[in-house]
Amino acid sequence: MPWDRNQMAARAAEELEDGMYVNLGIGIPTLVANYVGDKDITLQSENGMLGMGPFPIDGEEDADVINAGKQTITELDRTSYFDSAQSFAMIRGGKIAAAVLGAMEVAENGDLANWMIPGKLVKGMGGAMDLVAGVGRVIVIMDHANKKGESKLLKECTLPLTGKGVVDRIITGLGVFDVVPGGLKVVEIADGVTMADIEAATEATLVA
Amino acid sequence: MVKKVYGSAAEALEGVLFDGMFIAAGGFGLCGIPENLIAAIRDAGTKDLTVASNNAGVDDFGLGVLLATRQVKKMISSYVGENAEFMRQYLSGELELEFNPQGTLAERMRAGGAGIPGFYTKTGVGTVIADGKEVKNFDGQDYILERGIVADLSIVKAWKADDTGNLVFRKTSRNFNPPAATCGKICVAEVEEIVPRGSLNPDEIHLPGIYVHRLVQGQHEKRIEQRTVRTREEA
Repeated sequence: MPWDRNQMAARAAEELEDGMYVNLGIGIPTLVANYVGDKDITLQSENGMLGMGPFPIDGEEDADVINAGKQTITELDRTSYFDSAQSFAMIRGGKIAAAVLGAMEVAENGDLANWMIPGKLVKGMGGAMDLVAGVGRVIVIMDHANKKGESKLLKECTLPLTGKGVVDRIITGLGVFDVVPGGLKVVEIADGVTMADIEAATEATLVA
Repeated sequence: MVKKVYGSAAEALEGVLFDGMFIAAGGFGLCGIPENLIAAIRDAGTKDLTVASNNAGVDDFGLGVLLATRQVKKMISSYVGENAEFMRQYLSGELELEFNPQGTLAERMRAGGAGIPGFYTKTGVGTVIADGKEVKNFDGQDYILERGIVADLSIVKAWKADDTGNLVFRKTSRNFNPPAATCGKICVAEVEEIVPRGSLNPDEIHLPGIYVHRLVQGQHEKRIEQRTVRTREEA
């Protein structure tokens, strides 16, 4: 059985190490916070917060404490607040160890597309282009195939890029893949999935 | 003694608004937005505005109210997905839109306010954002040239101010407000409370009053865009 979204998030949490400052994207990446366990991880929210806590208890919401998805959240005893220029200075300056992001397409050279589909509603890139250009390590969590069943791991991206050659590791329902010279290297296969399953489901070049 | 405190948002904007002007606005989503000043600009009817703001509000709140009245000609933003009227005007060609990556937009404001006309960044290299921009290689890595923003007017929202314009923000409502404040030729700030001089700790001022030309104490709805909670049992 391929990994479900929670298992993918749990696998992504294994990438995070004690002491890391990390930015989690909207969607499945948000679930990664549920699986960090006792590790000393500080979450950054790019609207201006380090040390992001859980959702508030019903009735204790504060309009002045939101995350980058505009959801109400809470602060922790380690929290600091700062402005947007400072927030992206730490992102652009390489101080954030890793970002975990969703994607529409990833190419075998690490190109990432996750912000627009031409002809469809364009909402904007938000902070995604800054994050992928700036953070130490970019980890993508996404389904292996799109809704039509086509591989999202491609030889070349077809959609407008968010960043060029920026992805380090991809976690899909079928396994874990690293961007290496010449293509994608399979570093882990989900339980019950075979290498043949991965080869059949993947357009990108797989290298040993 | 120069007077910075005004009695209403409309008075604070008196004489600074003109058609076709460029406004930089603070706020992220509906958090920390200058809601009183936006309403006063709507009431003044100033039109053909170019507005640099991370987001464009929602249909009936935030900058959305200036879109509803067709006062905005162009938006410079990083994310506009929450506003249906915005998308309608954009898709029908009534509204110009320039997408900026969020950190690039913040840095453009910071740079403009700091007298820096341009800066090089890795953000957007190899994407449509780089189209038409100078590319320069530093130490083996490509960067693109982005311009600093200098606006005719900055409108921002803070938590507290003293009468000299020293500002203190609260939690994540700080967001784009300090960089937006610095990049305007004139900055008008609205605050929840104007406190007596000397009652703010000088070591804890987030934005010095040198950047703030006019001040008004406002009433703030502080609407929540996405209310997410857990129950006491889950906590």
